[in-house]
Amino acid sequence: MDNNTNPTGESAAFAVKDCALAAIATGERAQNLKELRDRLQTIDAAALYYHFWGTRLRPSFDDPEYNNDIAGWVRHGLHEPSLAERLSVVDPMDYPDLEALRFELVEIVEDYLDRLPVIPWSHEDRQFHFIRSQIVVFDTHHVVTDPNDIVDAVSAMSAGSVFYHFIDARRRTPDQMDDFRTWLIDLDRTGYNPLCDRLAAIDPYFPTLTELRDQLVAVLAGFFGEGSS
Amino acid sequence: MSATLEQYARVAGEDVVDQLRQLSERLRGLRVVHVNSTRVGGGVAEILAKLIPLQSELGIEASWEVIDGNGGFYAATKAFHNALQGSRDEIPNEAFIAYERTNVENADKLRERLAAADMVFIHDPQPAPLLDLIPERKGKWIWRCHIDVSNPERHLWKYLRDKLLNYDASIFSLAAFAQPLPHPEYLIPPSIDPLSEKNVDLPEADVDAVRNQFGLDPGRPLMVQVSRFDRFKDPVGVIRAYRLAREFAPDLQLVLAGGGATDDPEGDKVLDEVRSAAAGDPDVHVLELPPDAHRTINALQRAADIAIQKSTREGFGLTVAEAMWKGKPVIGGDTGGIRLQVVNYHTGFLVSTPEGAALRIRYLLHHRDKLLEMGAKAKSFVCDHFLLTRHLREYLTVMAALHFDVQDRIELG
Repeated sequence: MDNNTNPTGESAAFAVKDCALAAIATGERAQNLKELRDRLQTIDAAALYYHFWGTRLRPSFDDPEYNNDIAGWVRHGLHEPSLAERLSVVDPMDYPDLEALRFELVEIVEDYLDRLPVIPWSHEDRQFHFIRSQIVVFDTHHVVTDPNDIVDAVSAMSAGSVFYHFIDARRRTPDQMDDFRTWLIDLDRTGYNPLCDRLAAIDPYFPTLTELRDQLVAVLAGFFGEGSS
Repeated sequence: MSATLEQYARVAGEDVVDQLRQLSERLRGLRVVHVNSTRVGGGVAEILAKLIPLQSELGIEASWEVIDGNGGFYAATKAFHNALQGSRDEIPNEAFIAYERTNVENADKLRERLAAADMVFIHDPQPAPLLDLIPERKGKWIWRCHIDVSNPERHLWKYLRDKLLNYDASIFSLAAFAQPLPHPEYLIPPSIDPLSEKNVDLPEADVDAVRNQFGLDPGRPLMVQVSRFDRFKDPVGVIRAYRLAREFAPDLQLVLAGGGATDDPEGDKVLDEVRSAAAGDPDVHVLELPPDAHRTINALQRAADIAIQKSTREGFGLTVAEAMWKGKPVIGGDTGGIRLQVVNYHTGFLVSTPEGAALRIRYLLHHRDKLLEMGAKAKSFVCDHFLLTRHLREYLTVMAALHFDVQDRIELG
């Protein structure tokens, strides 16, 4: 596949970006499960985004024990492992928007609260603090014009670049698509359909950003060939 | 690229410095003033001493002002500092009078420069009232809180909060420290400067010289805590942990090295308590170092096998990142910003008691391979997350967000 012009005959370039998140406290916090439920009902949806997706860009060593901050706090702050497990399998990709995700979270917590004789509390210095973020997008000065070069480009991407092009993209584009598919479709409306289908099948939520990069490279290399440039 | 930025690029990476340039291109020519209460001693002064020249190199007209105060003012702000970190000691009315009078005097002195600035960073509570005292200000004002105010004495917080209401934004080191305020509250952990005298690589001969200077035996294990002599740093608790650890590591040595800060009048009292607790033990070295003893502190941290920072309250604990940068695992108090840096079994251990610290000392001294592995991880972790370049990038981000009134996205390049 060597088509690097879009249907209008113009060359379409993939400009590799990087990004960082600036964390902003919302001032909202929870010290017990009821407070968590109440805050979840009203908190800015941007905070839900941060606690489900933004956690990917934070310093860590291990694969996360829980895939979102709320589940992690329920386990380690409130010591409620069964609720933590229920919250940790919530995949935001299963919901059309953050409001639907919010509804699901509140439902799960409500259901759990209904069965509890005593409200679980956290220690004073282990409260849950709701955070939102601003994103800063940087130019890497790296532009890919030939689709055959995309494998090498993705292999060299930072975690921030993977986040920007594969996760943040879904907030930027009207059809909630990652940047790779948007670019490929722009280059050739139908020629890359099989590749786009395979990219669409990658779950962006559960893997770490490094694992996501590896999966992207595997899919792209499978199509274009390893080290195709 | 300027010489200094080139040096940072060599340590942190070309891409990191390029991001700083992209952000600063939008801010070129802005007049930015930082204000704090001391030019030497303490982490804030150390950070500002590096941030200001870097901001200037990036084309921002950055400057640093220090407010003047007398003994009464510093005693007042020390009492405020303790109360904001949770102390319930009563603060006399005279302290509030000294605080406000000093700020009025400094507002008169700094009025012209602060009123004309495009961006003013006010560091910590000491100069916080300046904003309301300069109503003709034209720029954006940001309150940068470096201390742990997660559980402040409520009356004092209410008093201080009134002085913060008109700021355009504030910055806290951790989410837990952020108190409700009617403006954006950014979360920015501080950082260390890898090129400073305190963190730059040292020849082994320099480390040996410092060992000789203080009578430290290079053949025996050494544990070092570097911090002000302040009760929240729990230096007496460190001595207790050392004594417990000596039960199973009888050749262990301890250094408690404290730098002074001109705005901390309580230090001498705590130092006396520490000396008293250490009395009679030739292997406990209580060192009172001048504020410019950066190279000595660097050498002590490099000479250590284990770094300890057993704080019971901590804003961030820059000495933790400093020790980690030198490849040392850290046994740190399970509090505040230490939690961001010390990751259990990766970069060290979090502890809550002298007993807990002693247990981890024993573990590390008996598992030398783990000690070295954690030290290497600690250095890499600091390189990725706690260097000055990341800190500067986040300050520039706040400036860009406020200057251009950005809500969610800043697109550069």
